[in-house]
Amino acid sequence: MDYALIVILQLVVTIANLALISAGLAVIFGMMRIINMAHGEFLMLGGYAALVSHQAGLNLWLAIFVAAPVTVGLIGAVLERLVIRRLYGRMIDTMLATWGVSLALVGVVTVIFGNRVSGISPPLGSVPIGGYAIGLYELLTAGVTSLLFLGGWFVLRRTPVGLIARGAMQNRDMAAALGVDPAKVYATTFVTGAAISGLAGALIAPITGVAPSIGAVYIAKAFITVISGGTAILTGALSASALLGSVNTAFSFVMTPVLGEVALLAAAVLLLRVLPQGITGRFFRRSL
Amino acid sequence: MTLRDALGWLLVGAAALYALVAVPAGGELTTMINGSIYASYAILALSLALIWGYAGILSFGQAAFFGLAGYVYAVAGLNLESTPLAAVIAVAAAAGFAALLGYFMFWGRISDVYLGVITLTVSLILYRFINQTAGEEWTIGAAPLGGFNGIPSTPILAPPGHPDEPFLPEQIYMLAVAALFACYVICKLAMATRFGRAVIAIRENEGRAELLGYDTRLYKLGIFTLGGAIAGVGGVLFANSVFVSPNMFSLQTNGQVIIWVIVGGLGTFAGPVIGCFLLMALSTGLGSLDAGPSFAVLDPNLVMGVVLTLCVLGLRQGLLPTALAFGGRLVAKARATRGRGAAELRRPAEERP
Amino acid sequence: MIGAPLLEAEGLIMRFGGVTAVAGVDFSLGEGELHCLVGPNGAGKSTFFKMLCGQLKPTAGDVRLRGRSIAGLPAARIARLGVGVKTQVPSLFDGLTAMASVRVATDAVLPPTLSRRRAEEALERMGVSRLAGHVVGRLAHGQRQLVELAMVIAQKPDLILLDEPAAGMTGAEVDRLGDLIVELARSSSVIVVEHDMAFIRRIARTVTVFSQGRVLAQGPAAEVLADARVRDVYLGKEAA
Repeated sequence: MDYALIVILQLVVTIANLALISAGLAVIFGMMRIINMAHGEFLMLGGYAALVSHQAGLNLWLAIFVAAPVTVGLIGAVLERLVIRRLYGRMIDTMLATWGVSLALVGVVTVIFGNRVSGISPPLGSVPIGGYAIGLYELLTAGVTSLLFLGGWFVLRRTPVGLIARGAMQNRDMAAALGVDPAKVYATTFVTGAAISGLAGALIAPITGVAPSIGAVYIAKAFITVISGGTAILTGALSASALLGSVNTAFSFVMTPVLGEVALLAAAVLLLRVLPQGITGRFFRRSL
Repeated sequence: MTLRDALGWLLVGAAALYALVAVPAGGELTTMINGSIYASYAILALSLALIWGYAGILSFGQAAFFGLAGYVYAVAGLNLESTPLAAVIAVAAAAGFAALLGYFMFWGRISDVYLGVITLTVSLILYRFINQTAGEEWTIGAAPLGGFNGIPSTPILAPPGHPDEPFLPEQIYMLAVAALFACYVICKLAMATRFGRAVIAIRENEGRAELLGYDTRLYKLGIFTLGGAIAGVGGVLFANSVFVSPNMFSLQTNGQVIIWVIVGGLGTFAGPVIGCFLLMALSTGLGSLDAGPSFAVLDPNLVMGVVLTLCVLGLRQGLLPTALAFGGRLVAKARATRGRGAAELRRPAEERP
Repeated sequence: MIGAPLLEAEGLIMRFGGVTAVAGVDFSLGEGELHCLVGPNGAGKSTFFKMLCGQLKPTAGDVRLRGRSIAGLPAARIARLGVGVKTQVPSLFDGLTAMASVRVATDAVLPPTLSRRRAEEALERMGVSRLAGHVVGRLAHGQRQLVELAMVIAQKPDLILLDEPAAGMTGAEVDRLGDLIVELARSSSVIVVEHDMAFIRRIARTVTVFSQGRVLAQGPAAEVLADARVRDVYLGKEAA
């Protein structure tokens, strides 16, 4: 009984983790059809932003929930201005340019912080469940992820901003038809995506630690989750996270965690053979 | 054959001759080893030039075939008597894997960007997998996979029949340069065949090629497999220059190949090879700066990243095509000043609307 | 010889979501026939055309080439059965020269030794030999149309499908094209989708008029084009 509970909790945490690291990328992909290769570095920067501001004396929660998203959002704004904006409509070029940005960010952070792993000790401790234990902090990140997606749903469904965003998701020219400058929509989207990634990176930093090249650890998982999900931001990221997270957990339990991850990626490649447009390209078409 | 083609072959031949004769003459050991590494990477760049530049397939995980062939070579070489046989098996494995992956992607009608992400993911899967094979249980016959450390005992190629006399570093170097030249010739020749013309046509307009009766999936599969095999040749040579390690599959390696091809110029073969040499030299130079007294402002990643971003934003065509166009303009100018009438008659197609 | 039909369509239906573009069309084309499909925009003729050449898979119904069902076959398979297609928006290899483009077409049906000569003949026949070395992406619209036609005829298909071949051509080019299509019809069967009434009168022997996804009238050109209903749906609109 305890074992079953711990497996279920572990599954929830894995799925939430996948959804969390993919959320920022999903926003940018869903709205702009851009594959942001620097996504992993946004997560990495979020981690460093939290780490540095915490070390400078800021309260840990403020560092994670305020300092990290604001910092990475600002970096996203600068990049949008310097690089992304010049390449609108050129999907492949954007992908390549953001790959360059990704490498450059790794380089900059290496120069500043050195090529080593730094850590924030995970707060909150763990809860015992029978003979097992699960980190309270990990449960908290799962909770925050749920809130993030609920918030996203609320914004998209119930606010004027969401209306424009939904229009832009369906049709690129829709924003213009609604009387909003598309460039503004894209800039806002990119910054929002960056800020969410910053928050996600900060949230997972106490679990994984931070290093300049840590983005590479997440990037494959985040990409494949978003692409498997399709262009619907929330449903896509969630359904793909649920599916791939389950595969990951199952294989992790049967074999090793790394093989679980290998299985996740392999499952996604197989999935895309069947559904080239992702899950929401076939199912839940009108979803968000 | 046009004058330009002839000039191109002359230059490539001269470069190969220089690399095979002049460089080894003054050869230090490190030059030989670095030269082999450069040549192996250049072969990898060539494979991407073929796949992406000519066939228009965005294989962002081309290093998967490079690393796979390296590992298959190391494992087979440690288990078999004959290293040449291991090399053949390795290249076949890379080609076979490319064919399998290609079947998935082309029959699934996965396009462009998705294809890029999938190929990259596959490379990263292999990276993650190999990285965790440090334990005893990950031993294939006589070959421990070695996890993060790779296989330092990667065997060196030996001539057939003489397994106990492996090639010396300068011989490996010669072999690598010769292989680079051979791969270049193969790519060039392949593109001049009916198959090559069809591949280029499919890049230009897949729908039209289908309406003309081409099963485009087969052609893409063919070129993708050839690209996998060539990358595999590079991987085997790399394994002989250093030894195999998970880094062969890494995000950085995949990124670097793309940078070489972009900087050198898409749609050419010599360009990406030149791009590879230049940027390898640059990052080796930066790397040695890095080793200096705690002064590392010019991190290689930073420089490569900025180069890639600026190339995409600015120099859209890459070095070689830009240089060729510049040369072409100079020639046209020279002709124009020599005789205006002649220039009018010869007005090139480029100037038409 | 006009005998057993070369191409037949039976009860062909195409729906896109809730919209029915083609609502049950029967059609038959004899060997060596030159047939025009006409009708106002949105009448379903282009959708019908795309189902013939494999670009769309019909929702229901069948298409048979020499009695063999080809509905839903991949475009490449249909092409290899001897069907040449010219699409409405010129579909070319923009980065290649005209000669290289036509070579791609001839390579598909001929061994290399014969391929080059056939390509030269095709360019010659379309009157664009002088453009052989020019990059197709930089040609004028009418010239592009001719290069595309050269690609199609170079394969010497049994059946040629042309979707608005005269669009964007100059008057002289259109005249030439008309002569050429009539000449093509001596060796192949030809289906032409066209708007231009004068052009249709000039080339067509038989005509099928589409309206709202159905066949409104079918028969010899002179009769059909004189039909009052046809004038109403099509010519009337054209005049207005």
